[in-house]
Amino acid sequence: MRTSELHVLPCGDHAILVELDDLEDVLALNAALRDHEPAGLVDVVPAAETLLITFDPGVTSAQRLTDDLAHLPDERPATDEPPLVEIPVGYDGPDLDAVADAAGLSADEVVRRHSGAVYTVAFTGFAPGFAYLTGLDQRLVLSRRENPRTRVPAGSVAIADRYSGVYPRSGPGGWHLLGHTDAVLWDLDRTPPAALLPGTRVRFTVQGRDERR
Amino acid sequence: MTAATAPVLEIVEPGMLAIVEDLGRPGLGALGVGRSGAADEASFRLANRLVANAERAAAIEFVLGGLAVRFRRTATVALTGAPADVRAGHRAAAFNAPFAVRAGEVLRVGRPARGLRGYLAVRGGLGVAPVLGSRSWDSLAGIGPPPLRSGDLLPLAADHAGEPSVDVAPVPPPSGDVTLRVLPGPRAGRFAPSALDRLFGSAYEVTADSDRVGLRLAGPPLRRAPGAAAELAPEGMVTGALQVPPNGRPVLFLADHPVTGGYPVIGVVAAADVSPAAQLRPGDTVRFRPTAPAAAGAPAPGLVRAGPAAHWSPPRRG
Repeated sequence: MRTSELHVLPCGDHAILVELDDLEDVLALNAALRDHEPAGLVDVVPAAETLLITFDPGVTSAQRLTDDLAHLPDERPATDEPPLVEIPVGYDGPDLDAVADAAGLSADEVVRRHSGAVYTVAFTGFAPGFAYLTGLDQRLVLSRRENPRTRVPAGSVAIADRYSGVYPRSGPGGWHLLGHTDAVLWDLDRTPPAALLPGTRVRFTVQGRDERR
Repeated sequence: MTAATAPVLEIVEPGMLAIVEDLGRPGLGALGVGRSGAADEASFRLANRLVANAERAAAIEFVLGGLAVRFRRTATVALTGAPADVRAGHRAAAFNAPFAVRAGEVLRVGRPARGLRGYLAVRGGLGVAPVLGSRSWDSLAGIGPPPLRSGDLLPLAADHAGEPSVDVAPVPPPSGDVTLRVLPGPRAGRFAPSALDRLFGSAYEVTADSDRVGLRLAGPPLRRAPGAAAELAPEGMVTGALQVPPNGRPVLFLADHPVTGGYPVIGVVAAADVSPAAQLRPGDTVRFRPTAPAAAGAPAPGLVRAGPAAHWSPPRRG
């Protein structure tokens, strides 16, 4: 992180919030912290434009940690090609037609654009294993549903704002549901349990579009 | 079943809510998994110390008393948190002091007059299977051993740390009117200048929809600065954060808070004051006062580091 500025915001007595210019910088700092872990680091939460770093105040301080960050080597994930995960999707979601209407596209064109992109896992956090994927086609950027569903089935492939995502388990949700996948993205018996980690690239592939539920 | 795994505790009545907690599962934020763990960490740690358990030993966290547990073997236990009447069989016992429950006896905890959460530590710690390295129930993520029900059987682990040596720990009783220290930021700059004055000058009431995720507070709304958006790109959240949704009423995040959130955080309660916050029950009053960052070991507000040879300069206001 030699060249870019680090904007460090205070976040209580055991965390700092680092503001970065974009996701690329977030993932670079995340990778650098993973490879050169400063003393006293407890957890790192990458997000769209920030990295939250919690620390053990008995071991380090916000100021010492900030100094550590400034001296991390500038690591770009480009040297280390991130894994690509392909997720087969049945594009049979209940919101597919509504999304097509809102975007002024045909349903087929929505599917073509959604499955035609390569996404990057930006961050997780809404639920265990729920990954926010960036790279969504501009025409598909819609604000979330006005009335969130109380129950979205596990495996639902969805979009909202400038993100796409897959609900790892059933629960409430306000995203637009385009389809479903049988891929298991969260498995407590797997290490790590989440299949989609920050930096991972994702492509959705079309499967069984005619089998609308 | 071997002696080591044979169940020792039988839940007779869980009361309103009884769950297994330890110090949680820190370090998994990038997977979307929060720390969770005991909501009142100070009381939890004290309970383990009283029975000379390792700090990682799991205990029962219960809400508003009503807990009844039958012991199949004689065990040393300690209760901490919201104090209430205690009986072990026909004998009276007390909070904040270790005591023995004999084989076959039922330990019963009454309803506390003040405070919300109690902790029952048993010598050796609870031996339920850990999930992702912790025995904590995370109510938001649905990870860990689910809430206890009548008839549940719990084995003990061997998470000892020496022999019990403390007779009784002096602990002030919980209060229904507390003042918590707050460090401003990270998004205090998004609020109207009057918002911090209002936060520090008002009494807020804990509402009934509060839980382990957070305390929902009713009181004077905290307004955003003119032109500041109600939402921001999701960012990491910490325990103790005072997150302000569009209605202006702050939510004080507790142990099971979401890993990320999209509403601005006006300030963060000092870590040492989160435990008393976790003892507040609906209808209780909470006040906030600013604390010097240095006093709580936190950074001065808005430190900016620009490269290794750089200077400190004012923060970028988001």
